[in-house]
Amino acid sequence: MTVEQLKNNLGLTYLCGESAAAEKEIEGCYCGDLLSWVMSRAEPGNVWLTVMGNINSIGVAVLADISCIILTENSVLDADAKARAQEQGVVILTTAENSYQLAAKISKLI
Amino acid sequence: MEPLKLHFDVSGSDFTCAGEASGNIKKALKEIGFSAALTRNVAIAVYEGEINMVIHGGGGQIDVEITPECISIVLADQGPGIPDIALAMQEGYSTAPENVRQLGFGAGMGLPNIKKYTDEMIIESEVGKGTTIRLKVFPQ
Ligand SMILES: Nc1ncnc2c1ncn2[C@@H]1O[C@H](COP(=O)(O)OP(=O)(O)OP(=O)(O)O)[C@@H](O)[C@H]1O
Ligand SMILES: [Mg+2]
Repeated sequence: MTVEQLKNNLGLTYLCGESAAAEKEIEGCYCGDLLSWVMSRAEPGNVWLTVMGNINSIGVAVLADISCIILTENSVLDADAKARAQEQGVVILTTAENSYQLAAKISKLI
Repeated sequence: MEPLKLHFDVSGSDFTCAGEASGNIKKALKEIGFSAALTRNVAIAVYEGEINMVIHGGGGQIDVEITPECISIVLADQGPGIPDIALAMQEGYSTAPENVRQLGFGAGMGLPNIKKYTDEMIIESEVGKGTTIRLKVFPQ
């Protein structure tokens, strides 16, 4: 499944990186807010559910080959994080649901 | 073949730059044609070292030498040093201050990650003088 298909299935909203979403293939999902924990445990292609919308999350997503970031519970995406994500082609989505609720839905889809 | 050498200066206060050296190293390894897995491992290890330099080390320098047989990385800072290296290497040990914890750092997983994602890791540190971390990854 691609990030775009996931977005359509779950009714998520793009915050940035929309144009790359059709090409990004999803492999599994990881939830976490501690960055070096995510670096250690997330796998390439994972969808990453987090409330951390700062610039360091973008670095983690790029280096760990994350397929997209979903900011849960309407967490804020900082302006500099958004600029960096656009520059690096990172797809970021947002939802009002919490990570548990969203992960439960994702597990039925992928 | 001459090794490819890369050098980066890491600022001691600027979180917005952190990830720049690791990002560039990742790009270089990918272009050379190393596997996605190896490229990712090296990028994660360098990122953790780079971030530690910013948060704990007051900035520093990263030098990389790349040959087909070995990727060698030296991360050096002139910061406060690490008093107890064995303790610092334990998963979960962190002295990260509250303001950086709010950004998602401070799990105490950075140094263990570096160990996990490299083939060789040597830490030299002297309190009051600084810390040097030498890493090697063997592609074969
Ligand atoms: N370059 C350094 N200079 C001085 N102290 C360091 C340096 N690198 C690590 N340390 C010390 O070692 C501890 C453990 O480092 P580690 O990277 O594992 O965790 P952290 O940086 O605290 O949190 P995390 O990396 O999970 O965000 C740090 O909290 C700090 O006390
Ligand atoms: Mg660290």
